[in-house]
Amino acid sequence: MTVAEPQALNFECETGNYHTFCPISCVAWLYQKIEDSFFLVIGTKTCGYFLQNAMGVMIFAEPRYAMAELEEGDISAQLNDYEELKRLCLQIKRDRNPSVIVWIGTCTTEIIKMDLEGLAPRLEAEIGIPVVVARANGLDYAFTQGEDTVLAAMANRCPKEAPQVEKEKEERNGIQKLLNFGKKKEEVIEEDSEYVDHPPLVLFGSLPDPVVTQLTLELKKQGIKVTGWLPEKRFTELPVIEEGYYVAGVNPFLSRTATTLMRRRKCKLIGAPFPIGPDGTRAWIEKMCSVFGITPKGLDEREAKIWESLEEYVKLIRGKSVFFMGDNLLEISLARFLIRCGMTVPEIGIPYMDKRYQAAELQLLEKTCHEMNVPLPRIVEKPDNYNQIQRINELNPDLVITGMAHANPLEARGINTKWSVEFTFAQIHGFTNARDILELVTRPLRRNNSLKDLGWDKLVKEEAKV
Amino acid sequence: MKLAYWMYAGPAHIGTLRVASSFKNVHAIMHAPIGDDYFNVMRSMLERERNFTPVTTSVVDRNVLARGSQEKVVDNITRKDSEEHPDLIVLTPTCTSSILQEDLENFVERAQMDAKCDVMLADVNHYRVNELEAADRTLQQVVKYYIEKARKKGELPEGKTEKPSVNIIGVSTLGFHNLHDCTELKKLMNDLGVEVNAVIPEGASVHELKNLPRAWFNLVPYRELGMMSAKYLETEFGMPYVDIAPMGVVETARCIRKIQQVINQQGAEVDYEEFINEQTLHVSQAAWFSRSIDCQNLTGKKAVVFGDNTHAAAITKILAREMGIHVVWAGTYCKYDQEWFREQVSEYCDEVLITDNHAEIGDAIARVEPSAIFGTQMERHVGKRLNIPCGVIAAPIHIQNFPIGYKPFMGYEGTNQIADLVYNSFTLGMEDHLLEIFGGHDTKEVITKGISAESDLGWTKEGLAELNKIPGFVRGKVKRNTEKFARERGVKDINVEVLYAAKESVGA
Repeated sequence: MTVAEPQALNFECETGNYHTFCPISCVAWLYQKIEDSFFLVIGTKTCGYFLQNAMGVMIFAEPRYAMAELEEGDISAQLNDYEELKRLCLQIKRDRNPSVIVWIGTCTTEIIKMDLEGLAPRLEAEIGIPVVVARANGLDYAFTQGEDTVLAAMANRCPKEAPQVEKEKEERNGIQKLLNFGKKKEEVIEEDSEYVDHPPLVLFGSLPDPVVTQLTLELKKQGIKVTGWLPEKRFTELPVIEEGYYVAGVNPFLSRTATTLMRRRKCKLIGAPFPIGPDGTRAWIEKMCSVFGITPKGLDEREAKIWESLEEYVKLIRGKSVFFMGDNLLEISLARFLIRCGMTVPEIGIPYMDKRYQAAELQLLEKTCHEMNVPLPRIVEKPDNYNQIQRINELNPDLVITGMAHANPLEARGINTKWSVEFTFAQIHGFTNARDILELVTRPLRRNNSLKDLGWDKLVKEEAKV
Repeated sequence: MKLAYWMYAGPAHIGTLRVASSFKNVHAIMHAPIGDDYFNVMRSMLERERNFTPVTTSVVDRNVLARGSQEKVVDNITRKDSEEHPDLIVLTPTCTSSILQEDLENFVERAQMDAKCDVMLADVNHYRVNELEAADRTLQQVVKYYIEKARKKGELPEGKTEKPSVNIIGVSTLGFHNLHDCTELKKLMNDLGVEVNAVIPEGASVHELKNLPRAWFNLVPYRELGMMSAKYLETEFGMPYVDIAPMGVVETARCIRKIQQVINQQGAEVDYEEFINEQTLHVSQAAWFSRSIDCQNLTGKKAVVFGDNTHAAAITKILAREMGIHVVWAGTYCKYDQEWFREQVSEYCDEVLITDNHAEIGDAIARVEPSAIFGTQMERHVGKRLNIPCGVIAAPIHIQNFPIGYKPFMGYEGTNQIADLVYNSFTLGMEDHLLEIFGGHDTKEVITKGISAESDLGWTKEGLAELNKIPGFVRGKVKRNTEKFARERGVKDINVEVLYAAKESVGA
């Protein structure tokens, strides 16, 4: 299947028969991010079994998430949904006393049309804990889109205006500062004078705290102040979002959150490539600067320096090809970065492609291809894994980025693979973490370099079907 | 609704998929939303499977909700038929399709008209059965389907094999040490002069199923998977079955004697007593181990056991009967088959625990403070928290329970493996205690052992220091008894005096 070099990006859509994680998996990283939350997944044994297995040992650390496991009585409405949920939520309140309970709606609650959005406000009033509803189900969404549904729901919970009495807030902050001394963000906020006068900016997307600090500092260097972050470390600290605020996304799968912020909260979305890879980070910062009328300082040197430090990794992948089977929506940004590293990308599979939200990223991808003088990849939305494996067999790429269901079978057939889910959990944003992306991408190549003389490439018998 | 975040047995479709993908050239199509194909990840990761897992999804999405699956399921079946040419496609319902109540049977019939392969709907109800029950049922369904098909075509072979022969029923993918057990069972059958007619479902072709009746008897090593098939074959063909898991020295002998009885009734003249004797005394090391002074040291040590029926029952018997260990309680999560479990273990333990609630198990472990735990991965983690060693004897399991080396639990080599497992669990615990007694590297301050142990009593600094001098393996007990003593007498702060007063009073 040799593809003639197309001039513009080529979008296709296949059958949607691909492997990915269920979007309820977002509870695994969100409950860790939002420290005072409790995630209640309202679903069946199937959901529970997935979480238990997908999250591996995390299940043993007394996680702040649980299943509300639906039984036959719930399905046939012999039990009262409201009473059942109230019983469980009171139990959670008693045992954990969270600041918010997030209900994750699943396929089952969709099909039996359990009115979670209707029940939540009533229950919230009765038990006195905010109840946020996110429908992160496999009928509609894939993997990381789960976070998108949760953040979109949270966006509606952000305070509408800054508290009136500024002084009181200062005092509270004072106490908090005492409690969290050494917390970097507070220091950032303190010195207002270093910032350019620009309208408030709120960033959205859940990232590990060190990455939040890194990106915040990166913007600070340009005089841009990050007013808040959706989500914050605690539900009680959700940022104020007023009409006219600027917002920017840090991850490519947050299109519902972006839409909610624009339509419901009347914010202005800064459409930028995502800060993944030094090229993406630079483009992201430049876009912010241009919106606020700032001339970026020192970005050239900063980017060049990072590339220099990456050279030992880039050497390993330059001229090699990578095939994305598609399962977590980070694919466009990662492909763009890897093309900049000198790789070729015949195919980018992706579960869902929001051409508006990812517009700037797609543009940068196209530009990068032209500049690096490589053919434009075909972008396959809702891919068909079976067809993809036929194409992989024909193309014989140097690396396939794929889910765990296909990784071992491909390795046994002599094809290098990298497990895609790791990109979701590793720290990959900003200048600092570009090295981590390449550490992941080159790992199979480095491993197989050390094994290459052993003649153990193909470990399945010839007649085995692919 | 039930609040839960851990389950011992998976949902029904996992059982069906385990059976379907154990067979050779059988493909399963799940009627499920995106993300429910997590089974493929488990198989590929845990079993380190080199081949693609023959499971795909006919995706249930919004369109299916609105208009029904229509042609989609049928198309997916016929497509898979032409791509992979399987012998059989098993359409697998999930929790989602259970509530959609689509007429999957009708899809199967329609797909059967176009597909070259056989097509079948797995007859499992998500809300009624779990993984294990579903696996048992699906295996029986497949067996029955091919027996009846062969009968209709007049292809059922007549008569029995010339030599005594056996079908081993119930070995499957993702089963706990199943493949090693299978090798060991084949070896055992070979030693007994019994031919292995078939092993199902692992590695079997559906075409072999019509030959099942040629065996002289069926062996069902696992209580959870295969009983329904064995009973079906008994009803249809009068085939006797042996359902004694050959796990442990005594049970292996019992299994072999039962085999002897079953085949002698059909005209064989075998006497396995000498073989059993030779194996027990000279080949397996387990009997000698029981006699050795190592094992003497284990006498009366407290243990608890939890797992599926097969393994929990067998290990309980081994600990109590073959090693003289005191099993305080033995439990199973196979609630649907609890009578069998009670009957098997009640004389070998003080108490029987039937539950699938891991918190209850955790509390029961904290309560009795055994020297060792034999359970699933969940109990291993409880053990870690309580500082009690744990040997893993049953699913749910992690990747480390799919060892590359040969580690059967069944047969005579199995007895050696189990002896090692038991012994290593206990000695590790003893070493740990010796270190503490001799003031080893233990400088930990924390002494609360119970998972749910909440103490409203205060300990004075001196009291605590004194408590910490008490060897670790009785410290928890001393602490609890002292607190009980203090509570009864309304003492708020426990100091050295109270500690020793309690000791004198209750002999703590």
